[in-house]
Amino acid sequence: MTNILITGVGGQGIVLASKLIAGTAMKKNIPVMSAETIGMAQKGGSVQSYLRLGKGAYSAMFPRGSADLLLAFEPGEAVRMLPWLKKNGTAVVNTHAIMPTTASLSGASYSGEEMIAYLKERVENLILVDGDAACRALGSPRALNMVLLGAAVSSGALPFTVDEVDEVMRVSVREAFRDLNSRALRYQ
Amino acid sequence: MHTEFLMGNAAIARGAIASGLNLIAGYPGTPSTEVLETAAKSRPDGLYVEWSVNEKAALELAAGASYAGARTMVTMKQVGLNVASDPLMSLAYIGVKGGMVILVADDPGPISSQTEQDTRTFAAYSKLPCFDPSTVQEAYEMIQDAYAYSEKYHTPVLFRPTTRICHAYASIEVKDEAEFAVNTPEGFVKDSTKWVIFPKLSRNAHEMIAKREPVLSADFSGYSKNRIADSSGLPSRNLALASHGASFAYTMDALSLLDAEGISQAKCLEVLKISTPYPFPEELGLKFLQAHDEVLCIEELDPVIERELTYIAGKHHLNVTIRGKLTGDVTPAGENSTESVAEAIRKLLSGAGDSALSAASAATGNDNPPALPVRPPVLCAGCPHRASFYAVKQAMKGKKAVFCGDIGCYTLGNAMPLDMVDTCLCMGAGLNIAQGINRIEPDTTAFAFVGDSTFFASAITGVVNAVYNQAEMVLVVLDNSTTAMTGHQPHPGTGRTMMGEIVAKIDIESVLRGIGVKTVETVNPLELSAAVETVKRVAKEPGVKAVIFRSPCAVLVKPEKPAVIDPEKCINCKRCVRELGCPGLVISEGKVQIESALCTGCMLCSQVCPTQAIGKGGQKE
Ligand code: SF4
Ligand code: SF4
Repeated sequence: MTNILITGVGGQGIVLASKLIAGTAMKKNIPVMSAETIGMAQKGGSVQSYLRLGKGAYSAMFPRGSADLLLAFEPGEAVRMLPWLKKNGTAVVNTHAIMPTTASLSGASYSGEEMIAYLKERVENLILVDGDAACRALGSPRALNMVLLGAAVSSGALPFTVDEVDEVMRVSVREAFRDLNSRALRYQ
Repeated sequence: MHTEFLMGNAAIARGAIASGLNLIAGYPGTPSTEVLETAAKSRPDGLYVEWSVNEKAALELAAGASYAGARTMVTMKQVGLNVASDPLMSLAYIGVKGGMVILVADDPGPISSQTEQDTRTFAAYSKLPCFDPSTVQEAYEMIQDAYAYSEKYHTPVLFRPTTRICHAYASIEVKDEAEFAVNTPEGFVKDSTKWVIFPKLSRNAHEMIAKREPVLSADFSGYSKNRIADSSGLPSRNLALASHGASFAYTMDALSLLDAEGISQAKCLEVLKISTPYPFPEELGLKFLQAHDEVLCIEELDPVIERELTYIAGKHHLNVTIRGKLTGDVTPAGENSTESVAEAIRKLLSGAGDSALSAASAATGNDNPPALPVRPPVLCAGCPHRASFYAVKQAMKGKKAVFCGDIGCYTLGNAMPLDMVDTCLCMGAGLNIAQGINRIEPDTTAFAFVGDSTFFASAITGVVNAVYNQAEMVLVVLDNSTTAMTGHQPHPGTGRTMMGEIVAKIDIESVLRGIGVKTVETVNPLELSAAVETVKRVAKEPGVKAVIFRSPCAVLVKPEKPAVIDPEKCINCKRCVRELGCPGLVISEGKVQIESALCTGCMLCSQVCPTQAIGKGGQKE
């Protein structure tokens, strides 16, 4: 059984990443279940997608300490959900922080650096991805989810290859995004 | 059969279609919305799909169709059942000819609802059979069983998944089209002794229902989805568990977790799974209680199983202890989780306390994390509601006023810095609450904010009430041409139906004038000074008056180029941030910046900037 937790801020496109992992698993005849955040929290709140690949579980919402992979689209959200990561699990984290509107209002500063430092201290298998730089290099902010998914797959934490995910992506998204997404999946 | 990866709500819709569904109607509400949307998307010939004006209309529509022999479904969230409860209570007496399932999605937590009411309790109150699925696969199968029971007993039945079933996805086995049932409705057969509710009919129907209850209960004791899940070890006499819905899944996962922790007794716990809370499968419950000394009931929302088992134990003088919410062993409110269930079981297993290595402590990184950013949901960048609230706030500055809100995205207008929602109760309530406050406090200008979809669903009667009873109030209709909160469904003001037709819109301004509201002004809220002036002018009029703020939901229109801040002109007063709280405005390195990934170029901020530092985004790019 492989447990995957994808986390981020509403609007970052974590649902597509989750769908593609599920779709690839299905194609390889691996049973899969997932649970998504839908509703108010999608408007700028913290959102999660839980995925379980393999047999034997009843609920997709696995307990703390059992994620093999934590795929975080935002460093603060990575820290928030870190208790779900298994000892020796892999964390793939976007280093670009998203400032909540509340912080702008109160004048509080939040840069994400203290989050990264915290993660570095605690997670052995930590893969940091500068999502902002990647999107600039690829020429679109919409590439973020595929860049992170690509990094997660390349890390070997999932039971499939980038090519297999790519194939599923190409039949799941609109034609206009296919080439951008393919490049993003392979961005290193 | 073949395998598909489906959302729980989609599985329910697909299961209903496989049962020969002829008509589906509902009103959007999280977490139920995707059921009807899936039915519309995979609509076979001969299926009629409708977003009705509200839940009551949907249920009555489906009742009529079922009278005529159609297989029907009605969809809503739990609070929608309160709106539909009037026809529901009577329909329980009348019954149906074609199978009818009322899908009511419950929301433990609550995650996106006003209440934590339990439709299982509503089932007992209305005396309607109720089904409660535990997984996506089970929901697909159970919805088909629900139609069979509905037609066998000529009664509407309730089907109540919870959020974690509705919004879970799983790869499940589904039927091929060739395996689908087909239902050809016979048509309505007149019979006033059957379809017209009168005291005599009601008395007889009540008696019939009372006699049916034990028959259904016995039937349900043999229903394969009510069962005792086998323990993998030798069943323990001492302790056993009883559960339902998503909590059953948590319970089974909790037992595996405890087993992995080395708590060997976990293997020996039997679990009673109740999929039909009403009528309760009493024989099955009795058999289970007789085999155990102590039973822990793991439920979300109301302690329905716990009360039923306590009743059976009393009725049969059994020496068994029933534990659950009523005894403080399970949390009275909010959701359960695999961990919370494991914790409750761990506590009851004697001696397990010391050896137990709690899963949380085995996890990484829950020690002193840095202060985490708080992220409450906010109105989207460029949302026209922000402009509407801000215009009213400016217009009423320094005056005594109360702002009654309603249900929709615009409830988020309560957040700082707008702080423009003083009350919010239920769909359409704001209008009448505003009238009530003004009756007691006549010197307060009472505003009621209502969205376009809510206006049609349940605010029109409030306007009639206000006009006829000579109330003093300002009605503000936030018309963004959609039902935004639940994912943009059409409604009578949009000119689209779920059958794909383009139809005449119902015009809100004409409705208000028709009722007798003399002052009705429509204005674009993003033209700030015109909007403020309009509110000031309208608020001075006597009686009931209305402002319609018309501007489409920011998610539905193609955004303009993001705004740009001229660093030469910006004096860094941060007024735009403090006044509006738009997610498109961020402070980075001490300076106000536009977050170009979010900004829609609505230019509201440029109208509050004292130095005109914010301009339209570049023409070329
Ligand atoms: S123009 Fe200003 S108010 Fe409008 S979305 Fe952009 S930042 Fe927000
Ligand atoms: S979805 Fe539309 S109505 Fe809702 S907050 Fe966003 S812009 Fe406003």
